[in-house]
Amino acid sequence: MVGAVSPRVVIAEDLYLLRDGLVHLLQAHDFEVVAAVESGPELLRALLDLRPDVAVVDVRLPPTFTDEGLQAALTARRAVPGLPVLVLSQHVEQLYARELLADGSGAIGYLLKDRVFNAEQFVDAVRRVAAGGTAMDPEVIAKLLASTARHEPLGALTPREREVLELMAEGRSNAAISQRLFLSESAVGKHTAGIFTKLDLAPSDDDNRRVLAVLTYLNAARG
Amino acid sequence: MKTYAVAVGRALTLGVMALADVVMVALMLIGVVLAFGLGLVFLFPPLAQAMRCRTGQVRRLNAEWLGIGIPAPYLPEPLPVRPQPDGWYRHDRQLYKTGRWPDWNNRWQWLVGDTATWRDGLWLFLSPLAGVFLLLPLALAGCAVLAAGSQDSSAWPMALGGAAVVALAATPYLLRGYAWWNLLLLSPTAESVLSGQVQRLDQARLATVDSQASELRRIERDLHDGAQARLVAIGMTLGAVEELMDKDPAAAKALLAKSREASSTALVELRDLVKGIHPPVLAERGLGDAVRALAMDSSLKVAVTVELDTRPDSPVESAAYFSISELLTNAARHGGAERVWIDISGHGHALRVVVTDDGSGGADPARGSGLRGIERRLAAFDGVLAVNSPQGGPTTVTFDLPYALAEKYPAVKPPLPRGKMIIVGLGWGLGWLPLFPQGMVAAIMKIIDIEHRSWFLALYLPGPLQWPLIVFNIMLGLSMYAAAMLVPLQHARRIRLAEVAPARLWLGR
Repeated sequence: MVGAVSPRVVIAEDLYLLRDGLVHLLQAHDFEVVAAVESGPELLRALLDLRPDVAVVDVRLPPTFTDEGLQAALTARRAVPGLPVLVLSQHVEQLYARELLADGSGAIGYLLKDRVFNAEQFVDAVRRVAAGGTAMDPEVIAKLLASTARHEPLGALTPREREVLELMAEGRSNAAISQRLFLSESAVGKHTAGIFTKLDLAPSDDDNRRVLAVLTYLNAARG
Repeated sequence: MKTYAVAVGRALTLGVMALADVVMVALMLIGVVLAFGLGLVFLFPPLAQAMRCRTGQVRRLNAEWLGIGIPAPYLPEPLPVRPQPDGWYRHDRQLYKTGRWPDWNNRWQWLVGDTATWRDGLWLFLSPLAGVFLLLPLALAGCAVLAAGSQDSSAWPMALGGAAVVALAATPYLLRGYAWWNLLLLSPTAESVLSGQVQRLDQARLATVDSQASELRRIERDLHDGAQARLVAIGMTLGAVEELMDKDPAAAKALLAKSREASSTALVELRDLVKGIHPPVLAERGLGDAVRALAMDSSLKVAVTVELDTRPDSPVESAAYFSISELLTNAARHGGAERVWIDISGHGHALRVVVTDDGSGGADPARGSGLRGIERRLAAFDGVLAVNSPQGGPTTVTFDLPYALAEKYPAVKPPLPRGKMIIVGLGWGLGWLPLFPQGMVAAIMKIIDIEHRSWFLALYLPGPLQWPLIVFNIMLGLSMYAAAMLVPLQHARRIRLAEVAPARLWLGR
């Protein structure tokens, strides 16, 4: 999907400065910004009419300044299953993460706005989502793990495996994880296999299915 | 039969107690004369307290025996005076070395200034008379028995039986009358209910303003020490970068990375701060989802059920949210709970939240400052907190916010009762009859002395009674109109009072 043609992207953000910044950032990284809108209804129209390769959406948008952007993204994804959407927010909530992941078709990102500061990682996340992958904010994963910390099988993981699990839940591939943790890719593969055995999950190499499995597991664990 | 026996027994007890009040009345009269006449003011408070003891007992018996509960009508007891910063105690414009005199003065004002004290006094004064009425049938029966004993006549047993039966039959009604009499004098007046409510609102407002102020101070401190300081640091770093840019690009780059980190930290701090002021999920999704999000972040297993079809006002939502949050923290920290059930539902105008956990129990609002804080938070919205936490658990905390949903469901005004409706109808429909033809027109006829009596009833009467009947007719007509006008007004006023008065009386707390 990401290749010679630059991916078409829709941006929804109500603050002019940030919207402008996002447009420049993505253009500089070889994205084609087909629309930059500032309200929920506009966003929904743009998503359905333009069918972008990826959308970068702020949760809180006019006119109601509640979760307008999130609702527009969810509506659009009901109409176009698997439409890649990266949701940005000033705060992250497990509740919203679950709603975004609920349809199970992947191509979802949910990040804190602060992550935009690190252009490289942010653009990487946008690319991952555009390619049908997942990008979950480390904070969501941390909250999820914190609230399931007392659960038995998770306690059995080694610290290293826990780190791998966190990165895996964020939606990173084995290659990315190995880069991050300064491990060889085969070592990461061993760790993931260990995790999947300990948590009694069906192993999978597909990053997206892996995220879903892990997140579903974590959700189920809290009962 | 048994109910009658019980009624007679109760009438006897209450009657004797009421008769015995003669002693108290005498003491009170002497006490009041001494206190106000001779200035022995220190006699008054104990006497008033004794009187309250007696009326308190009657109120209790009224509820237990006669089925009509009477709430205590007294104003809240004054709190002990606190010393000023300089260590002196102040009352009005006087300073005292110890708190004794100001306390005494406050008590004195509390007792003398309360209308309920004087209504108690009136009740006590008339109590022996009520006792006579209560004992009347029994006394009659007793007399009959005595008479039967002394005079051996064949007619007497009949009369005796009749008197006893009548006395027996009348007693429950007498008791009912007594209960209403007590209600009339010993219950709080509309005025005292309102003044109690005002006092309570005043306290609630003080507490609210107080907690708001301390909250603002906390926010100010957090901003000052956190985000603000970091922004200053970022600004300074950027200044340094500006200078270094040309000379040492590498160092400038390192500084830029540092300031980006600082801005991240500032954002994190701001986010936490915002969460403590008004959580974004609450603003975006309302109470139900905000509590669900809270439950997800909690390390406990929390089940949330929400039955709400409208969103309460934002301040109420926020109070409910933070109360629930505090309860969750309590359950985890003090109760050692593993599972928590949160139930949020609407009951008419009220929002009810029930939080149950399987912890070790033993939570006590009197000791736990957390529960106190919740109580204060809820008090601003007339909220009521109930805690049931036996040792060993489970703990159930329930709170009601009585008017949380009031605006969403407008109140249904109860219509005028049928009896009052008839009065209004009769007043407007027939008031003219006594007022004009039988009253005023008859009066004119009488004045100009027309022989023809036609259908003016008054003119058929003997001469001296004609004028009184005409005047009576005019008065009757006027009062019928007055009644037709006043009855609906009175009804509306009572509804308004019922609306402003709290569901639970706060007097005497």
